[in-house]
Amino acid sequence: MIAGRLLARGMIAGCIAAALAFVFARIFGEPQVDLAIAFEAARHGAEAHPHMAEAEPVSRAVQASYGLLTAIVLYGTAFGGLFSLVFAYAYGRLNTWSPRALALLLAGAGFLVFVLVPDLKYPPNPPAVGTPATLAFRTGTYFAMIGLSVSVAVIATLVGHALTRARGAWSGSLWAAGLFLVLMVVVQSAMPDVNEVPAGFPALVLWRFREASIGMQLVLWSSMGLLFGALAERALAHAPRRR
Amino acid sequence: MSYSAPSSRIAPVTGAAPIAIPAKALLPWAMFGLLLSVIMLYFVGAEQGALSLISGQDVHEFVHDGRHLLGFPCH
Repeated sequence: MIAGRLLARGMIAGCIAAALAFVFARIFGEPQVDLAIAFEAARHGAEAHPHMAEAEPVSRAVQASYGLLTAIVLYGTAFGGLFSLVFAYAYGRLNTWSPRALALLLAGAGFLVFVLVPDLKYPPNPPAVGTPATLAFRTGTYFAMIGLSVSVAVIATLVGHALTRARGAWSGSLWAAGLFLVLMVVVQSAMPDVNEVPAGFPALVLWRFREASIGMQLVLWSSMGLLFGALAERALAHAPRRR
Repeated sequence: MSYSAPSSRIAPVTGAAPIAIPAKALLPWAMFGLLLSVIMLYFVGAEQGALSLISGQDVHEFVHDGRHLLGFPCH
């Protein structure tokens, strides 16, 4: 039952963290999305992109509020669940840290592996950046990048764990980090590049958009880790007794 | 279910080494959680983009801003 409790708490923590991330995205991300859409509209004139068309299926106001909130909450809840399952497996196995400390460690690792490392190769793009014709290719490479990042992280963790037993936590952790870094450099340089920024697209909007995107993820993962740590500590302290 | 705790009344929060949750107890929840999460992420990240189960553009348009800001490729 404890695994189920942790899963539920992970999803709750992810959901609440997502609400905070939404506030960040709304303040820092949406202005850049609007600027990118304005660039797109100016470039295409009247005939534009699906969102600018006459019969907008979903208005900009809805996209920037309920739509954005829904997307982030689904994402946060999903990763909150996955995060809690990794935590449930790592607890008492990876190290002997307290639930709070382990949760923060894993949240940092999750941010690195699922967000920062894939984003270094395939950074988030605002509307107007990216050719619709290559969408399938870009989606494939993006998810492959995440898959490779996760695989390399698992390999580095296993190697680090084995070395920790033989040579202590300091050496084990450093070797794991070094191995992750080296393998990711190799993997990323082997993956195909995508460069579809249209000519004349304002560099500052692109940069600010990416900052907002990564900042929002940082808000999500850090608050999820802190929140889940507190919830998990209680669950682990109370649940095991009878049931 | 098979998770056993120290019999002490004091919660094993600090000091005591944490007890791992048995993999057998974890597996069914892991399957359930994984399935649920993948479905949720699919609708946020890829539906009516690279892949499409539901016809039209409504799902894509509704989560549009989130999809961009979360870093998924979007049109």
